[in-house]
Amino acid sequence: MAEKKLMYGNHAMVEGVIAAGCRFFAGYPITPQNEIPELMSIRMNEIGGVFVQTESEISAINMLFGAAAAGKRAMTSSSSPGISLMQEGISYIAGADIPVLVVNVVRGGPGLGNIAPSQSDYYQATRGGGHGDYFTITLAPNSAQDLYEFPRLAFELAEKYRNPALILADGLLGQMMEPVEFSSKPIDPKSLPEKEWALCGCKGRERRVVRSYDLKAGKLEVLNLRRAEKYAKIINKEQRFKTEYCDDADLVIVAYGTCSRVSDAAVKMARDKGFKVGLLRLITLWPFPMDVLGDMAKKVDNFLVVEMSNGQMIDDVKLATECRSRIYFHGRPGGGVPTPPEIYKRIEEVLGGAR
Amino acid sequence: MTKEIIISGFGGQGIVSSGIILAYAGLIEDKHVTFFPSYGAEMRGGTANCSVVVSGEPVASPIVANPDIVVIMNEPSLTRFEPTIKPGGMLLYNKTLIKSQPQRKDIAVVSIEANVIAEELGQARIANMVMLGVMIKKTKLLNLETLKKAQRKRFVKANDEQLALNDKALEKGYGLL
Repeated sequence: MAEKKLMYGNHAMVEGVIAAGCRFFAGYPITPQNEIPELMSIRMNEIGGVFVQTESEISAINMLFGAAAAGKRAMTSSSSPGISLMQEGISYIAGADIPVLVVNVVRGGPGLGNIAPSQSDYYQATRGGGHGDYFTITLAPNSAQDLYEFPRLAFELAEKYRNPALILADGLLGQMMEPVEFSSKPIDPKSLPEKEWALCGCKGRERRVVRSYDLKAGKLEVLNLRRAEKYAKIINKEQRFKTEYCDDADLVIVAYGTCSRVSDAAVKMARDKGFKVGLLRLITLWPFPMDVLGDMAKKVDNFLVVEMSNGQMIDDVKLATECRSRIYFHGRPGGGVPTPPEIYKRIEEVLGGAR
Repeated sequence: MTKEIIISGFGGQGIVSSGIILAYAGLIEDKHVTFFPSYGAEMRGGTANCSVVVSGEPVASPIVANPDIVVIMNEPSLTRFEPTIKPGGMLLYNKTLIKSQPQRKDIAVVSIEANVIAEELGQARIANMVMLGVMIKKTKLLNLETLKKAQRKRFVKANDEQLALNDKALEKGYGLL
């Protein structure tokens, strides 16, 4: 076993991105993700990568478009208001079918909001975010170890499907320190195969075109229908989640990110008191793990959705369960973070008094 | 065994450093740990606090609502965190800077003249190390030698003289009660 290092989540993410063979970062500072560009500026310099502190988020996302169109693994990170600024670029990247990694260390919103942890960008992350018919593959880490490992998974999925990938973290995950094990061998970017669509100089071959538009009559409809087939394939194959104590559960908590950690503690409190409570922790938010929820709804009477928002993911839970079960909600908007006792109390309310 | 700890005081009193040292020490002793600070808008003289969890099992929640152990370095922190401590838990407070008396009867209360002791050793700013020394002795949470190793992981750029003084403050606290 490799030695474990105590690391901030944001720092673990930087090492994970570099281990994934990414050598291009462009971004603009914003709390609570500043440790990412800060360390990236040092590490990219050490290993001969590219670090650009851009004049704005709009510039960063378009530089990413360029670097990734040239076939390179490229990433940017920001927090909620900055990610909103990037939406135009993300839509163009999705329209051009280019794999990139965008990291959102979510803070309280709307507007400038605050700098506390939040999950209120769920809709934006899972519905595309910008204009047009598109989706971004969205991963939800819940530990510093995940922040180290998910960049590699994100790049692999992004390249497999030629689609932008998003890691949706939050302020707590970025600012928390936990032991991290550098579990896998770093990827040498030179060992990655050349992409057959990448713009890297057409001397001696047919030219390639990367663009997000087609003005010929009927052409965009064909393109978008083809993209819909791709999305269907991703939905079919890439739903990721973890279950804990779900087999005999009267109530299953559905949560992701920080809320899945806090809920885990609440589930243990409830089990100690004799309540049959389980946890469904979502790893992919798009594709949403609807199949497992659909199956669970056949035997689980109660679901409790826990989010750091006024309730966004709850819509997907209702869709996936086709409202066959009773669905309850516990939410903390605007930078509030739930505690294990308060979630436990909600479990008690739902299941009715102490056992 | 899971112990949830909150450390709280003014920015500049080494609150975050104390938390990171504890987390490092837990890691060195092969325990599962998390450390979560209040972050972002902090400044010297403002309030600062952090939560540390040290456990034999993977840590579920890094968010601590009802700590087992609370280390308090200033007056406002006492008001804020005393009511949150688990019954049977422990409150350690810096008597030099806190004039009020803790009210709870269902917890162990330990008062330490942390700043007086630190200044006798030569530096007010090592009051946090004195508190840590007392805390690990009273709770048997971690070993003194581990904390000495852990402070070297936190203060990588400190000179030997400072590190030795920190060790002395840890030892002084450890031997106090």
